[in-house]
Parts: sequence; C-alpha cells; structure tokens
Amino acid sequence: MSIIKGNAWRYGANIDTDALAPIGSYAGATNIEAGAVHCLRDMDPNFAKSVKTGDIFVATDNLGIGSSRESAPLFLKTLGIRCVVAKSFARIFYRNCFNIGLPALVCPDSRDIAMADVLKVDTSTGEIVDETQDKSFHCQPIPDHLMQIVDEGGLMPYLEKKLAKSA
Amino acid sequence: MAQTLAEKIIAKAAGVGSVKPGEIVTCKVDLAMMHDSAGPRMAGRKLDELGVPIWDLDKLVVITDHYINDDNPEHQGVQKHAHEWIKSHGIKHFINEQGICHIVLPEGGHVKPGMFIVGGDSHSVTGGAFGTFMVGIGATEMTGVLATGEIWVRVPETVKIDVTGTLKPGVAAKDVILKLCGDHGIMGFNYQALEYAGTAVSAMSVEERMTLANMAAELGAKAGYCVPDEKTDAILTKWGATDVDIATWQSDEDANFVKTVTIDGDALVPQVAAPSSPENAAPIDAHAGTKLDQAYLGACTGAKLDDLRMAAKVLKGRKIQSGFKFMISPSSLSMQEEARADGTLQIIEDAGGVILPMGCSGCIGIGPSRLEENAVGISSTNRNFVGRAGPKSSKLFLASPYTVAASAIKGAIADPREFL
Ligand code: SF4
Repeated sequence: MSIIKGNAWRYGANIDTDALAPIGSYAGATNIEAGAVHCLRDMDPNFAKSVKTGDIFVATDNLGIGSSRESAPLFLKTLGIRCVVAKSFARIFYRNCFNIGLPALVCPDSRDIAMADVLKVDTSTGEIVDETQDKSFHCQPIPDHLMQIVDEGGLMPYLEKKLAKSA
Repeated sequence: MAQTLAEKIIAKAAGVGSVKPGEIVTCKVDLAMMHDSAGPRMAGRKLDELGVPIWDLDKLVVITDHYINDDNPEHQGVQKHAHEWIKSHGIKHFINEQGICHIVLPEGGHVKPGMFIVGGDSHSVTGGAFGTFMVGIGATEMTGVLATGEIWVRVPETVKIDVTGTLKPGVAAKDVILKLCGDHGIMGFNYQALEYAGTAVSAMSVEERMTLANMAAELGAKAGYCVPDEKTDAILTKWGATDVDIATWQSDEDANFVKTVTIDGDALVPQVAAPSSPENAAPIDAHAGTKLDQAYLGACTGAKLDDLRMAAKVLKGRKIQSGFKFMISPSSLSMQEEARADGTLQIIEDAGGVILPMGCSGCIGIGPSRLEENAVGISSTNRNFVGRAGPKSSKLFLASPYTVAASAIKGAIADPREFL
C-alpha cells in the first residue's frame, strides 16, 4: 500500500506536452532540473516555483496530449509531484508516467477536486480522500501489470530486477 | 475468429491465434525506430545504465532528424553523442540526416505490411499507411524494448473511417484528417485503432495515406492504418523492401469494428484548423481572408513529394504576395531531390518560396521558419499548440499543402480551389 499526501494542483482539460515541457527547455534532456523550471510556464508561471514535494497534479480531460516526450511527466516528477490524477490521459503520456515511476490515476470526477485541496491518495486502491472538502473520490484501480511497475518505482528498476533474474 | 488487421498483427506479435479488444498482451516487436531526440541521448543512455546489449541489431533503426542543420551547440552535442553511441553499440541501420524519421524509415525499405513496429515518437503511427501496426512510445519504454524486444499492449478497439466518394480538386488527405479532428476532437479516438478505408482512400497515393496515418496521433488514436494494396506494394518495392505480402494482411470481411465513421468525400471542402489545436478545424470559409505573416510547408505530414507537387500546382505561373515569407522544408532528402529533378521545386522558387534544409525544424520552432513574436502563420504540419512553432504570442493555422500555397499567394488564408 502506498499513500501519497499533498496539495492538489488542479488544472483543466487538454494540457499538452508543449505546455508541460516547452520546446527548448527539453533540448537539455540530460539536465532535467534546468528544464523542469519551464514546466507550464505559459499557463501558470507560479506552478514550477511553488510546487512542493509530495504534491498531486490534477487535471480533467486528455492530460498529456501531443508529443511522446518523456520530459513532460519527468518535469512534474522532478518538481516534486508524486501522483497525477485526471479524468482521461493521452496514451503515451499515461504509459510514460508509469515508466518513470509516477503513478497515474483515472478519476472520473477529477473536476470536483479544487486547486490547493489537501489530498490523500492510495495508489493501491485508487481511493482519494480530499481532506479540504471532506470527501472521497474513486479512481479506476491501476491495472495489475502496471502495479508491478509502480511497486518497483518505474520501468528501469523493474527491468533491472527482471533482467537480473533472467541472467 | 474474424479479426481486423490491427488485431491480426497484434495476435501474430503476441504469438497467439487471436486477440480481443481490452485484452493485455505482450508483443515481440518486428522493428524499433528511434530518433536523435529521444533515441541515443535518452533511451540509449538508459540502456547503458542497465548495462545490457540491444536485443536484436537487425531490428533497430536509428535516425537523426530533429536537431540537425543548425549551429546551436547544444543540438550539435546531441548529434555528437548520437554518432558515438551508434559506433560503440555497433548499430547496423543508421540513417543520418536523410530526412524525417517517419519518411526515411519506409524509404529505407524497413517497413512491410503485417509488421508490429514501435517508434520513439508520437507520429510513429505514420507507418500504418503501409498496413503495419505502428505505435509511438516514450524513451524509457523504448529502453525496455531495446533490452527485451518486447512491449505490453492493450488491444485497441478498431474504428473504421470510411471516406466515401471522390475528393474534389484542391481537397486532400489533410482536409480529411482535419475534418476528423474538428468533428471528433483531439482525443476523439483515444486508445483506439483507426482503419482508413473507402473509395477516396483507395484512390489516394500512399503518400497521402501517410498524412492520414500520421495525424491519427492528433485524434488520440493508438494507431491509424490503411490495409495494403498494389500501390503499397509498388512504393515499398521501389524503396527496397522485399517479399511484400499484401494478401495476408487484410481485415477479415466480418471483422469487429466498434463503429464506422463516414466522411462524405464528395462534399468535403478544404479545412483550416485555427490556433491552438488541430481540433479547431473548420471549413475554409470560416477563416478565408485572415491576414498572415508567413506560410510553411514542412514536417513529416506536409512536405512529402506529393505535398510539394500540390503546392506547385497552385503556384505554377503565379507569385506569392511581395514581402511575404513562404518557406519549405522537404520531408526527406530523396523527396527533395525528386522534386528538384521534376521541376516542382523550381515552380515553388519561381513563385517566391524559399527552400530550407529538410528536417523537423519549423515544426518544432527551430530555424528560420520559427514564428516571431505576435506573428500569424499557416502551415502544413500537424500540431499548432501554443509555444510549439514559436513564442506564446504567435499563432498558427493548419491546412493542406494546397491551402498553404494559396494563402502564400494572397498573404492571407485563401481557398486553393480558385487557383486550380
Ligand atoms: S516533423 Fe514535427 S511532428 Fe514530424 S517527427 Fe519532426 S517534430 Fe515530430
């Protein structure tokens, strides 16, 4: 069981990878910290400055549309985000989240979560407790094959273990 | 069990008789493609961290196309590392600065109907034009493929896109796909596979089908493909593929399509997507006359040989608006050479167009075609999100090569049908 507690950064629909990882900021792919400060700069310049470790990123429809660039979820993780919640995800972004060790939860009612709400997320059951609103939200449970990757902390540690076993 | 082409290819790659939508299977990939942006510098470095060899050197193609043709030291560093990595890992198939990955992969004879292919780029779906199942993946996922040759897939539902009738002069595949974006939204077919079919698709050149497949990404689809036919065989054979099998890789007649979406090809008019999303597509009348600062033909979507020829058809014997910037970045070197040889580029240059080096460049706001502050442009590329092709204050419309060329003539969004 893994509980993540933090503040919600709640945004709307269609947040694309050009917004999350603007071109130019991700050219320095080997310097993720330097790129991450540009995350959402055109949409909410306050985000990268103020987000804290343990915070939770909440969006409505179609989070992560656009490019396959992994820097989009990686910037969120680097800035401290520990879980992303959305009503729906773009498929490559969704996979990228798990691969880099950032659990992604599909929450049909994510729009009812408000900016800065204090959330307690249980990634193993998909349950979100919104302490500010004193309310619960139910997410689709993370599929088993992805839970294995979540448990290892991402695809890299998962592969390390798997390859070591088969060696 | 009757299956769609997408299901047949996944089943073959998973080593099972058949698959059903929703099922999760592990597939062995027939081919993996990665470019300089997400390839050696990201997936390559991660593979080195894992310290394991590449699963099969015959099945990997590495391409440099994103950070080329410019003197930014950071971009040059990306290239330097890529070249070193290629050498130290004994990469057999390396395509260096020949064009955009989605174009030069099939041009290199690597793609054949029935293949299950992964590409480290969201527009990898372009390979579906040849009757493959080709999906885009991120860099860490690519690392997994490089190490194991395998990937998990949730079998998508297949949607049939039936483009009926005959497209009118001045209407192209780009208009079909923009219409779909406008009607269904940028995530209208999330996680689904699209089979483009119908008389208008059969009548299209394979390059035009590539435009349909390419922008399946702008509909949220996992894959977008056309079943292969004689045209597919002819072009792939010309590009050096051998043993192209079109007969096996067809959808069964009674296959299960979750739904059919029909587009009336006879009635379709040129489409324009307003800033800042492809889903803002509307018939050209909604935007005709909008003043522009520049026009761009480029990307994996809109500067193939056929695209350049469409532009030339409109521009022949005409001049673009004086002082207007019209730039063209061909999709690949060989297409550029062919367009040079047959006079297409000459027509474009005579009209006032400027040919830039081929590659991604303008599509991602790099190089001379980057939009300036507050500038308004029109382009044949696939995405117009805020901040992609220029600063936040710039605006970009998307349209077909015909419409982009017509707009260059007028310096404002223009209907190409008046020039044909
Ligand atoms: S041309 Fe644009 S969309 Fe196509 S691969 Fe290059 S960057 Fe991506």
